[in-house]
Amino acid sequence: MADLHTVNKSPFDKNSLEQAIRFSTAGSAILLIEDGVYGATKGTVAEDMVKGAMGDKKVFALKSDLMARAIKEDRVIDGVEIVDYAGFVDLVEANDKVQAWL
Amino acid sequence: MPIEVNGKSLETDEEGYLANINEWEPGVAEVMAKEDELDLTDEHWDIINFLREYYEEYQIAPAVRVLTKAVGKKLGKDKGNSKYLYGLFPYGPGKQACRYAGLPKPTGCV
Amino acid sequence: MSDIKKFMYLNRRAPYGTIYAWESLEVVLIGAAFDQEVSLMFTDDGVYQLIKGSDTSESDMKNFMPTYRTLGDYGCRHMYVDKASLEARGLTQDDLIEVAWEDFETEEEVDNIVEVVDAEQVATLLAESEVVFSF
Repeated sequence: MADLHTVNKSPFDKNSLEQAIRFSTAGSAILLIEDGVYGATKGTVAEDMVKGAMGDKKVFALKSDLMARAIKEDRVIDGVEIVDYAGFVDLVEANDKVQAWL
Repeated sequence: MPIEVNGKSLETDEEGYLANINEWEPGVAEVMAKEDELDLTDEHWDIINFLREYYEEYQIAPAVRVLTKAVGKKLGKDKGNSKYLYGLFPYGPGKQACRYAGLPKPTGCV
Repeated sequence: MSDIKKFMYLNRRAPYGTIYAWESLEVVLIGAAFDQEVSLMFTDDGVYQLIKGSDTSESDMKNFMPTYRTLGDYGCRHMYVDKASLEARGLTQDDLIEVAWEDFETEEEVDNIVEVVDAEQVATLLAESEVVFSF
């Protein structure tokens, strides 16, 4: 049983990412989209939280949203996997359901 | 109403601005100028090309004030005034020249 | 003119997730016609509005981030960025766009009006403004 958790808010503005990490089971996938991708960047106050989550969950970030927000790949936290729209669809298919954290 | 340019039909909005800036080609300006009964000279093209470069760089159509100042800086002080620009584009350098250049209507223009 | 007021636009939101950043930018562009003394302040996620290198080619969105670079031409004299907000996001001034300003009459030029300021300066600048617009 694994779910895909999507987060579309900046971790510095809303606690959506924190809640997604807290309330998701081991083996879940967390996909950062829209302003959620700011949580995928290195050197921020949210970095440790994201790294902590990667212990038993996988974290993904949507490429087009990273690009629009000028976050280059080398600024993305190591271990966060960058996916395109096709990868998004694959994640939806691979998980039982999608849970959105708005 | 769409306009016909080199055998292609290009969509415009209700004020005659090109719906899709990427569909622009020099023929667009020619067709629009013909409808306004205006002959396009090199001086007109200087402004149209300037607007296209400005849009490419900043992703907006400049306000007339900004256009006037920027033209003065780029093309010379004798051209950076509203008298010169209105002489070329009687319907207003912001609106008319931007329309010919395929740009949206300048922000703040009514 | 004695009725020139000191306007401050306070930007606290990221550029694309909500409409705030674009709305603020439009108001600044339109408001430029009124010849006020205009400054912009970027704090919190608002600092993301000034990051260079945005590419919306794979998103169905208009890239309005290049537009900030023309604000000097629209009479905007200062663009302040809160230092602590940058640091919390792992960013420095090197990540930010540069915005030139020039007085076309006097030919006075400033290469870059984007300035990183500390919390005390943010407070002072906001306090010294006659009107603060929040976005």
